[in-house]
Amino acid sequence: MRKRLSELSRLPTLPGVHLRDEASKIKRRLHELGGGGRGDSSAAWEKVKLARHADRPYTLDYIGLMFPGFIELRGDRCFANDPAIVGGLAAYQGRTLMVIGHQKGRDLASRTQRNFGMPRPEGYRKAQRLMALADKFGIPILTLIDTPGAFPGIAAEERGQGGAIASTLMRMTRLRVPTVAIIIGEGGSGGALALALADRVLMLENSVYSVITPEACAAILWRDAKEARPAARALKMTSADLEELEVIDGVLPEPRGGAHRDHEGAARIVKEALEENLRELEMIHPQARRQERLEKFRRIGVWRENGLTLF
Amino acid sequence: MAQQVSVDISRRGGGHDPGSAESCPKCSQLLDSDELAANLMVCSHCGHHFPITSRERIGQLADEGSWTEMAANLRSADPLEFYDLRPYVERIEEAEYDTGLSEAMLVGTARLHKMDVVLAVMDFRFMAGSMGSVVGEKFWRAAERAVETRFPLVAVCASGGARMQEGLLSLLQMAKTTCAVEMLSQAPVPFVTVLTHPTTGGVLASYATLADVIMAEPGSLISFSGPRVIEQTIKEKLPEDFGRAESNLNHGQIDMIVERAELKNRLVQVLGMLEGGVACALQPLWEEEAGPAGRRGAFAQTLERIKSFAHTPWRSS
Repeated sequence: MRKRLSELSRLPTLPGVHLRDEASKIKRRLHELGGGGRGDSSAAWEKVKLARHADRPYTLDYIGLMFPGFIELRGDRCFANDPAIVGGLAAYQGRTLMVIGHQKGRDLASRTQRNFGMPRPEGYRKAQRLMALADKFGIPILTLIDTPGAFPGIAAEERGQGGAIASTLMRMTRLRVPTVAIIIGEGGSGGALALALADRVLMLENSVYSVITPEACAAILWRDAKEARPAARALKMTSADLEELEVIDGVLPEPRGGAHRDHEGAARIVKEALEENLRELEMIHPQARRQERLEKFRRIGVWRENGLTLF
Repeated sequence: MAQQVSVDISRRGGGHDPGSAESCPKCSQLLDSDELAANLMVCSHCGHHFPITSRERIGQLADEGSWTEMAANLRSADPLEFYDLRPYVERIEEAEYDTGLSEAMLVGTARLHKMDVVLAVMDFRFMAGSMGSVVGEKFWRAAERAVETRFPLVAVCASGGARMQEGLLSLLQMAKTTCAVEMLSQAPVPFVTVLTHPTTGGVLASYATLADVIMAEPGSLISFSGPRVIEQTIKEKLPEDFGRAESNLNHGQIDMIVERAELKNRLVQVLGMLEGGVACALQPLWEEEAGPAGRRGAFAQTLERIKSFAHTPWRSS
């Protein structure tokens, strides 16, 4: 049945020929038989749980393990310092690196203080300020992504949550310095993407990256938040799924048992990936690097045009 | 990202039923459909702006016969083979059937009071105006056309956010449209957005708020997170005016609120002013381009165009 389906999808769409009815019939049958597509829902849901595991290393853990020195810089110079995003200057192989990342807390007090890693507009504006600072002094930027999403609140909206994310994206398109983004846990929708418009976007093996949380997706499309498992599968949010879709630049294998079992091991892997990617990126002229970044995101999308599926 | 926002779009096929009556959701006044349409789908009693379709919008903005659609052949694929309670392909087919559109955005060129522009107009009826690969690509092509022709870009937004059924590909359209805006600003070509009811999620958090000038229609919901999500998070009922255009104006998130009847004039005025600046910046280049033979090139045309707006009616609001 799968074979028939892929044959069908390869045929150009002709007027008056209802191939897609046929295709959707087969898809429905496949779904009923279980599995639906590649991967099964329990595997995807396991990854979601792992990505959210309370013992996973967070941004400040990676910073502590990867760099001998780190000076945190705070505040957006307008309104507040958002503890859900941390950033600062890290000592890196005799030179400087700007590290910016989402930060979750470990216990109730710190989780509340960090707002569960959900940034407000001032967090994104702080990130922009630090990016501008790094750009001015030619300091490469590493972003570490780990958030359920931007914080949904009245005050956050009043201070322009949407605009703050958009202008962070814009700032990242303009950077002349090399940028590497690594999804270390949860890559939750626009709140995560805001820090991920980078030259290289990498995912840790057990991280997830998605347009919407599986719970919220289930609440809307299944009309029941408890259907998060099938939603997690359908959204193709695991590192393996996204590598197959060619929307990320690479997957970093985690230490045996996962990053939560071995923080040092995970930090070593992240550091090696950072070194390798920075080495490659620094060989490119800043102007070309910027152009390549725009081109890379310009190419993202899958659609049909005149009967052909284009990637 | 994708939002649940309720918008009354009872006029499914687009357009109105001649001779019938419609009641205003705000003041409950019974309105004659023909009169309502003649009044640009604005309640003559209380000024409530009914949601309109993308084709109606283009009809209201573009000079008669000036609209030329581009990228009309783009259709959604199903890269994730997405299946919730129903397959994604079925939802698309249903949206195509109900709206007579191929996607949630129409792009093309048009003239507004003789001024050439590129238009990108979203349609909330098509899967809640959600942004997937096609919307992202269409916006990109509109921006590309604007840069090539030096026509300003006007984007009319109405969106529930990124399209869930295309997963991360949809989320990354935010990055793609941002890159398109960056291309516009390098040119520089003026870019104005009109936020209509509702503009939320990934569209708000990308190109909608990156415009040179941001306009909004009265009463539009403009909010990154949907009101229901916020209510669930803070466990409180939201005030009636939460996230509305008026509240966004007070909080400094948009430049102006423009009534539908004034929109075309306002757009031409603002774009004309911005282009005046662009033209000044380009003047030396133009002289260089013209050379001794006085050849008229693209810059000369830009200047000509700006001069032709001089007669545009100015009205205060």
